[in-house]
Amino acid sequence: MKIYLSFLIIFLSFSNYFAQNEIENNEAITKKLPSVKLKDYKGKVVNTAELGLKGPIVFSFWATWCAPCKKELNAINDLYSDWQAETGVTLVAVSIDDEKTKSQVAIYVDGKAWEYIVLLDPNGDFKRAMGVNNVPHTFLVDTDGTIVYSHNNYAPGDEEKLYEEIKKLSLK
Amino acid sequence: MKYFFFTIFFSPVILFSQANITGNIESTFQFLNNDSIIGATQPDQKGLINSYMNVFYTQGKFKAGLRVESYLPRIQGYPNRFDGTGIGMRYVGYANDLVDVTLGTFYEQFGSGLALRAYEDRALGYDNLLDGMRLIVRPKRGVVLKGVYGYQRLSFQQGKLIYGEGIVRGVDGEINLNEAVKKLEDFPLTMVFGTSFVSKYQVDNDPDLILPKNVGAYGARAKFRYKNVTLDGEYIIKEQDPSNDNSKIYNYGHASVINLSYTKKGLGILLSGKSVDNMSYRSDRSKDLQDVLINYLPSLNKTHTYNLVSTLYPYATQLLGEVAFQGDILYTFKKGTKIGGKYGTSINFNVSTTYQPIKHTSGINPLDSSGVTYTSRPFDKSDSLYWRDINVNVTKKINKNLSFIFSYFNITINNDVAKISNDSKGIISSHVGVIETAYRINKTNSIRTELQGMFVEKENGLIKDKGNWATILVEYSISPSYFFSFMDQYNYGNPLESKRTHYPIITCGYIKDATRFTVSYGRQRAGLFCVGGVCRFVPANNGLTFSFTQSF
Repeated sequence: MKIYLSFLIIFLSFSNYFAQNEIENNEAITKKLPSVKLKDYKGKVVNTAELGLKGPIVFSFWATWCAPCKKELNAINDLYSDWQAETGVTLVAVSIDDEKTKSQVAIYVDGKAWEYIVLLDPNGDFKRAMGVNNVPHTFLVDTDGTIVYSHNNYAPGDEEKLYEEIKKLSLK
Repeated sequence: MKYFFFTIFFSPVILFSQANITGNIESTFQFLNNDSIIGATQPDQKGLINSYMNVFYTQGKFKAGLRVESYLPRIQGYPNRFDGTGIGMRYVGYANDLVDVTLGTFYEQFGSGLALRAYEDRALGYDNLLDGMRLIVRPKRGVVLKGVYGYQRLSFQQGKLIYGEGIVRGVDGEINLNEAVKKLEDFPLTMVFGTSFVSKYQVDNDPDLILPKNVGAYGARAKFRYKNVTLDGEYIIKEQDPSNDNSKIYNYGHASVINLSYTKKGLGILLSGKSVDNMSYRSDRSKDLQDVLINYLPSLNKTHTYNLVSTLYPYATQLLGEVAFQGDILYTFKKGTKIGGKYGTSINFNVSTTYQPIKHTSGINPLDSSGVTYTSRPFDKSDSLYWRDINVNVTKKINKNLSFIFSYFNITINNDVAKISNDSKGIISSHVGVIETAYRINKTNSIRTELQGMFVEKENGLIKDKGNWATILVEYSISPSYFFSFMDQYNYGNPLESKRTHYPIITCGYIKDATRFTVSYGRQRAGLFCVGGVCRFVPANNGLTFSFTQSF
C-alpha cells in the first residue's frame, strides 16, 4: 500500500510538473493587471483592469513627496505627445499620496500641466496588489492586460529604455 | 498522505484555469557599529534583518492573499512590535460586480479616514490591519456600501499576530449622484455624499469609573466639483471615550477637514483647514503612541524630501486637539515666455500653520460627576502656535541637460507641545536653503547634487537646539541599472564643540527591472531619505545596510 502510494505521489508530481511546464508555455499563469476600484483625481470611479484604453498602458506609481517620481513624470511629459502619436501609449500616474497630501495631487498635476490619467490610491490597495515596494515603480501593460515590463527606480535616461519597451509592443 | 491529497486537489486547478499571481519581497539587513558620538550602539546580535513577502492570488472571482514576515531581530529604529517569523496577513475572498467579500485580514478606509482607516506602512513599521470580515456591496452604479467587523493588529510577537483588546465594527455608504441618477449624468456640478458609523467594544474592568463599553464615531462627508473648482469636507463626532490619552475625560470628540481648490492647466491653488479635538480613537483605551488607532489624523502640511527639512523638525498631529490651515499654489510659466524660457519654469508656494484650540471652561465644573472638563467648537483657535511652515521652490530647466531647483523653507515648531528635541525648550525657528542641480552628461550618465544649509534662529544670543547644519549630496547614475551616491550632513553649528559631527554615508545600487539591490555604509540620521531614485524611511545608525526588493 505504502509503495503504491509513493508511486502514485511520484506520478502525480510528475504530471503536475509537466502540466505546469505546459502552462508556462501557454502563459496560463501570467501577471495580469489586478482589478482594483480607484477614483481618478476628479472623483470618477474606475476599475484598473477595465480602463477601456486601446494601446499599451504605462502605470507609474508616484507621490507628491517623491522627488525622483516627479522628475520621471516631468521628463516623460515633455516627450508624451510624441510617444502617444507614435505608439498609441497612455500613461496612468497612480498617486499613493494618503489623506495627508492627497489634496495636493490635483494642484501638482494641473500646475505642471500633465496630460496623464491620474488615479488616487490613498490606502495603497492597488500598490499592494501590484507588488510595489517603493516609488517610483513603473509598469508596462500590453493590450491584453499582461504586465510585460517593470522598473523600480528613476535615473535620467530610464524613460528612453521604457520607450524602447513600448515600441517593441507597438511593433507586435 | 497530506501531500497526496494536496497534489490531487491542485492538479486540476492548475490545469484548467487562468491563475494570476502578484506580489513582492523586501529584505533589509544591517550590520551595525558602536558610535558614541551619534549615540548609536551595536546590538548584541550585531546583525539585524527584516523581511517580508506578499503573495496575492486571483482566479476568476476568487482571491486569496498571504504575507509572511520575519524579524530576526528587527532592524534598528523599527518599532518593538515586530518579532519572529510567521504569517502577518492572510485572507480569502470573492468579488463580482455586486459584492466584494473578504474573510481574514484587510485594509480599509472610510472617507478621509477621520473615523476609520486600517492601513500599513512597512517602511515605518506601522500596521493596524483588521482581522475579521468585510463586505462591499455596489447595488447600482455610483453607490458603494461597506461593512467591516474585526480585531485590530496590535503587534507581531514570536511570529504570531497579537490583537487589540477591543473589537471594531463599522458601516459606510457613499453615493455619487451624477453616476447614480441618470438625469444628473451631464449636470455640470458633480456631487458625492457619504456617511460612516464606526463602533468599538471593549470590556470595562476599571475599578473606579463606569467606562462606556461601546464607543461610536460617526459623521458625514461631501464633495462638490464645478468646472475648475472642487470643495470637499468631512465632519466626525466621537462619543464619550475616557482613555489614557485624554486622562479619562467624558467629553465628546470632533474632527473636521475642508479643502477648496482651483486648478487649470499650469495653475493649482489649494486652501485647507483641519480641526481636531479629543479624537484619539483606539480599540484599546489603555494604549498610546501609534498602537491600535482606529482613525487617521495626519498633520496638515507638505511632506518635504530634502533631508535637513524632512528629518530634523517634522510635525505630528496632536490627537487631543489642534486647528490647522494650509495654502498651496503651483504655477508654471509657459514655454516661450520671458520667465518660462525654452522649457517652462514652475514656482510653488506653500504655507501651513497649526494652533492650539480654545477650550471653554466657564460654567463647567471639571470635578462634577459628568466628567466633562471643557467645551470646544471646530476651528475655534487660540494664538498659541504649534507649527508653521513657509516654503517656496522654483524649478528651472536651463537646457536639455541642465536643470536647477531652488528652495527656501522657514519652519517654526513648538517643542514643548510637539516634542522633537531634548536639547531645547519652547519655539524653535529655522531657515533652510537648498540648491539642487541635475546635469545629464550623455544619454545614460547623469550627475545630481544637493547643497543644503539649515540656520536655526538664536534666542537671546544663544544657539538653540543643535544649531546650524549643512548637507552635501552627490549622486551619479548610469541608466537604467546603477547608481552611486555620497552624502555628508555636518552639524557645524552645534553649541557643543564635541558634537560638531559629520554624518557621511555612501550608497550604491543595482537595479534590473523589478529587482533592486542597494548597499550603504556610513552614518545615518533618522528620517525620510530619497537616494538613488527611491524614498523610504531610514532610522539612525552607523554601519552597513544591505537591502533587496523584488516585485513579481
